[in-house]
Amino acid sequence: MDLSTLKFLGAGLACLGMGLAAMGVGTIFGNYLSGALRNPSAADSQFARAFIGAALAEGLGIFCLVVALILLFVV
Amino acid sequence: MHSPIEQFEIKYFIPQILFSNASLFMVIALAIIVGGLLLATSKRSLVPGRAQAFAEGLHDFVLNMMNETTGKDGMRFFPLVFSLFTFVLTANLVGLIPYSFTVTSHLIVTFALAVLVIGTVIVYGFMHHGAHFLHLFVPSGVPGWLLPFLVLIEIISFISRPISLSLRLFANMMAGHIALKIFAGFVVMLGASGFFAILSPLPLVMAVALMALELLVACLQAYVFAILTCIYLNDALHIDH
Repeated sequence: MDLSTLKFLGAGLACLGMGLAAMGVGTIFGNYLSGALRNPSAADSQFARAFIGAALAEGLGIFCLVVALILLFVV
Repeated sequence: MHSPIEQFEIKYFIPQILFSNASLFMVIALAIIVGGLLLATSKRSLVPGRAQAFAEGLHDFVLNMMNETTGKDGMRFFPLVFSLFTFVLTANLVGLIPYSFTVTSHLIVTFALAVLVIGTVIVYGFMHHGAHFLHLFVPSGVPGWLLPFLVLIEIISFISRPISLSLRLFANMMAGHIALKIFAGFVVMLGASGFFAILSPLPLVMAVALMALELLVACLQAYVFAILTCIYLNDALHIDH
């Protein structure tokens, strides 16, 4: 296997991390929704917090995308 | 067949002053914000019309967001947060128009915005609290042997803030536009493939659905950018731990 093949393999493997970040975002919104259905009157005040958590979890997944992009275009 | 990343190419219209398509669409976004808000508030009335209600709604939205996250003394940063929110939102939405250019899909633009935010946090933090601002990196109520590690982690998390703030906006916009382009390319490729041309409406449906998703993402990322700005500013305003 030559080096460029390994590069593409590495980029593909790095994208697995984005799926894991998707699980994190799904957990956050799932728990937010189940909490909101139990107590709908408190849901609006926690809306921003759900998005902050989702944004932070998504940001870590985006680092994986950056690793993939660096492997594809920079290295 | 165009490459999916060709849409992000920078073209210089006036090379003498480095005026590119990115600069043009930044000027367009600015003109939409300033012109729209001036027009909406030109005929002020007690019972707002449609345009005035929209402008007031936008203002109150950012105001409520800041009230919840930074409290009353964060209001001095309202112009900064409002400008950032409207600029990112307008740039994202203008970029969704076909054949236009997405300013926020370039890392250097989003990184400049993020550095502006973190620079404000650092400068205001040191101006307001002096050396006490460094307490941001020292969590309280921690056993002594654990403290050096936690300070290190706090410093790393502070340094990664501008990186993650800029990368999030950039990657979301870029990935969404590439996905749109790829699905639009599938329509053309299937349409030219003889028998399988009957399948070509399928990627078209997908592209329309993706467009709706991108509309959501464009608004959501502007909101996330603004609310994270508020949270980082809140750190500079109130150093609790």
